[in-house]
Amino acid sequence: MPPDPDPDRRDFIQGVAAGGLGVALLSTAGPGVAAADPPTGPGRAIPVQLTVNGQDHALTLDPRISLLDALREVLHLTGTKKGCDHGQCGACTVLVDGRRVNACLTLAASVAGSPVRTVEGLATGDDLHPLQAAFIKHDAFQCGYCTPGQLCSAVGLLKEAHATTDDEVREQMSGNLCRCGAYPNVVAAVQEVRLAARDAR
Amino acid sequence: MTPAVGKPLDRVDGRQKVTGTARFAAEYDLPGLAHGVIVTSTVAKGRVTAFDTAAAERAPGVLAVVTPKNAPKLRPTEPFGSSETKPVAGTTTAPVLQSDQVFWYGQPIAVVVAGTLDQAKYAAHLVRVTYDAKPAELTLDSKGRVFVPDKVQQEEPEITIGDAEGALTAAAVKMDHTYTTPQHNHNAIEPHATVAAWDGGKLTVYDTTQFVFGVRYDLATRFGLKLDDVRVLAPFVGGGFGGKGGAWPQAFLAATAAKVVGRPVKLVLGRDQVYACVGGRTPTRQRVALGADAGGKLTTLIHTGRTSTSTTNTFTEQFNFPARHLYASPNIHLAQELIELDVCPPTFMRGPGECPGTFALESGMDELAVALKLDPVELRLRNDPDKDPTRGTPFSLRKYKEALKLGAEKFGWARRTPEPGSMKDGRLLVGLGVASAFYPVYRMPSSARVEVTAAGTALVQCGCQEMGMGTATAQAQIAADLLGLPVDRVKFELGDTALPFAMVAGGSSQTISVAAAVTAAVAALKTALLALAEKADGSPLKGLKAADVAFRDGGLARADDPKAGESFGAILARAGRKAVDAKAEVKPGDEAKKLSMQSYGAQFCEVRVDPDFGTVRIKRFVGAFDVGRVINAKTARSQFIGGITMGLGMALLEETHRDPRTGRLVNADLAEYMVPVHADVPALEAYWVGDPDPHTPMGAHGIGEIGITGVAAAVANAVYHATGKRIRDLPITPERLMSAARESPR
Repeated sequence: MPPDPDPDRRDFIQGVAAGGLGVALLSTAGPGVAAADPPTGPGRAIPVQLTVNGQDHALTLDPRISLLDALREVLHLTGTKKGCDHGQCGACTVLVDGRRVNACLTLAASVAGSPVRTVEGLATGDDLHPLQAAFIKHDAFQCGYCTPGQLCSAVGLLKEAHATTDDEVREQMSGNLCRCGAYPNVVAAVQEVRLAARDAR
Repeated sequence: MTPAVGKPLDRVDGRQKVTGTARFAAEYDLPGLAHGVIVTSTVAKGRVTAFDTAAAERAPGVLAVVTPKNAPKLRPTEPFGSSETKPVAGTTTAPVLQSDQVFWYGQPIAVVVAGTLDQAKYAAHLVRVTYDAKPAELTLDSKGRVFVPDKVQQEEPEITIGDAEGALTAAAVKMDHTYTTPQHNHNAIEPHATVAAWDGGKLTVYDTTQFVFGVRYDLATRFGLKLDDVRVLAPFVGGGFGGKGGAWPQAFLAATAAKVVGRPVKLVLGRDQVYACVGGRTPTRQRVALGADAGGKLTTLIHTGRTSTSTTNTFTEQFNFPARHLYASPNIHLAQELIELDVCPPTFMRGPGECPGTFALESGMDELAVALKLDPVELRLRNDPDKDPTRGTPFSLRKYKEALKLGAEKFGWARRTPEPGSMKDGRLLVGLGVASAFYPVYRMPSSARVEVTAAGTALVQCGCQEMGMGTATAQAQIAADLLGLPVDRVKFELGDTALPFAMVAGGSSQTISVAAAVTAAVAALKTALLALAEKADGSPLKGLKAADVAFRDGGLARADDPKAGESFGAILARAGRKAVDAKAEVKPGDEAKKLSMQSYGAQFCEVRVDPDFGTVRIKRFVGAFDVGRVINAKTARSQFIGGITMGLGMALLEETHRDPRTGRLVNADLAEYMVPVHADVPALEAYWVGDPDPHTPMGAHGIGEIGITGVAAAVANAVYHATGKRIRDLPITPERLMSAARESPR
């Protein structure tokens, strides 16, 4: 397997490690951890302001909740998918401050004040985002479960503008698994949109 | 209007999938929804001696901790394969939540239910369990019960023609080797999930399944309910690959938890729990021995071996099915034994049997070609049979040679120089390999309902499944052509037991099974429509019989005069109706008994091998298939390349590691169980011969599984061609390749 091609993800994990590690550890208390309640107490809710697809939400959240679970279980924005909950499959990829992150590895409380963009925020009204249209045209999905993550990741990839060749697109999309095997079609869709945007400039 | 069938149309549900509005099982929110999290066993065999649930019960938000002590009594399931007439789908007979017994490491033993997911997860960690553990049998070589199954997927477990071993001894040229494939897991990106809600004695379940009617039957059986009191919905399924083909525990556990707490419950397996509680593909150990005369004609074909099954359900991975149909040989011996292990029951995984079976058989054919100093494509052409080699029946369709030649031409096989290591790209070794693809044609009972409206639209319904194949798109194309409507006037609904019955979306059977029911329902609809017009004065259809009329341009018309017709609107308006509908239920005929019905193909692989590091990269891959008529060229190509992609994972990456001491799966996550990622997969090419099968609905074959078959052998054969090293144990890891000795330089 190639090394993690996604520098943003590494950057982000470091960011979480610096800023929110204490809370992250509490949320993963496992069988080996003493059964006593953690100091902050499970379920003691805190106020969190989330901005998702341009909408502000004043929420009261369990501090342990991931951005992924906040989107899916609290805001009922279920377009963002949970595949592994461990940052290994990319199905939960969303854009935070325009950068792609794994929402499952991101504590909701840690993105208060940062704009979050999900698959529900890609289209403009009935007009699909060019990547969404290209995904349909190139059949860049089958079951559709990894698709929101692939799309958000591709939006981030095009903004990063580090990928030109097919191999570079493959490398920089490798954090997004597709078990149906639509990879060649995803690459075709991404390249079509990338080239169209380049030609338009 | 040109036919819709065959066109590369976009998916009808594509917009829902790219906008995030396609809703999967875990995404149904119901009032009062609670969250269930399962606790799994940490021993492979034995019994639970004590649950300490006090801390979990005290944790914030917890509604219940369900163990065998307080679980409602359930009846035993009816396992898959235990009935040919009922939609049985039980995956394990383990009395989960009904006894203290443990049958495998990772078996569900309790469910914690709380108001939020985080509360339930936290509390689940607080449950303490003590066990009386017993020694467990965990590997193909352990002391588990070894037996020959009565049947292998309804076929005889052993086939003996002539004297295969004697012919091997006498053969002018031969090969005889053992191949192994490890356990694989499906790894659909959507984990198994259920939302279950009770309304009095009625149960509604959103489940991620390839078989809504099977899950309904299983839940009705376990809870002692009438079938009509259980509704199962799965309008979208986030990948299945066989792993959602049966009724896995999440559905009845969610329903049990919902019953205990008196609220709807959502239960989603964690990724590690999907590995633990849902069976994968069994490991296999296979012997392939082939003998040939000097002219490259097979004189004997032996394919035998062992796969594993479980103590709580018998599953037989039919690895020698390809050898029953692919090649002519006067002497054949095919056999299989099972060993019963203390593991989660193995199950269907994309191309069950045919996938590991073609790895061994097609590696063996390559080894025989090397021994014969014969081109491996030519060897296969020389052994193409004129009738089924083991059944003696004629083929319904066999364009295997055409597929082989098509693939060879598209791939540029002619540029291959035969000697291993003879082709290079800078310092990298180049290898070109070929293997046959094979998958049977299965068809199952199905039913469908068709309705046309005065507005000239049609609704087609069947409780079949969509988990990526493009079911609604393909069936809308089929129905549109039958009804004489544009595809965008036809809507196809699926994934709900409130719709007409369909069997499991498995065995690549769904497309033709449902197409037959849709065809019959449309025929019945013609009769129903004509009944509204045949006695009407002024109707151009007056006095005609069904055989005299045809669907044409949104209406019915005389078959011999397309202009003499009426629109659906005109017929319905006169009859004072808004719509008319018809249903049909269809079973396969006896064609599969009289004929050999199979799909074939050829897989061509080009690799680059780094001689210093043993790394294998796929440079190019071409699959060419003989699968009858293709319904949608776009989604069909996706199915083929998707199968090839999973096959590349099998060849180079995939292996589920079970600790042979404890039974724990040690790489139960998507970082350590490596599936192919974007960077592993080059542009892939898929082609098909396209001749329709005269004996199948629409002339089509199912295509979901053949794409994976033969891929691992094509890769292994390409690696041999690059390096002279024959890897007979999958996956082909760098360490295996570096430590292997170079064989038979010629």
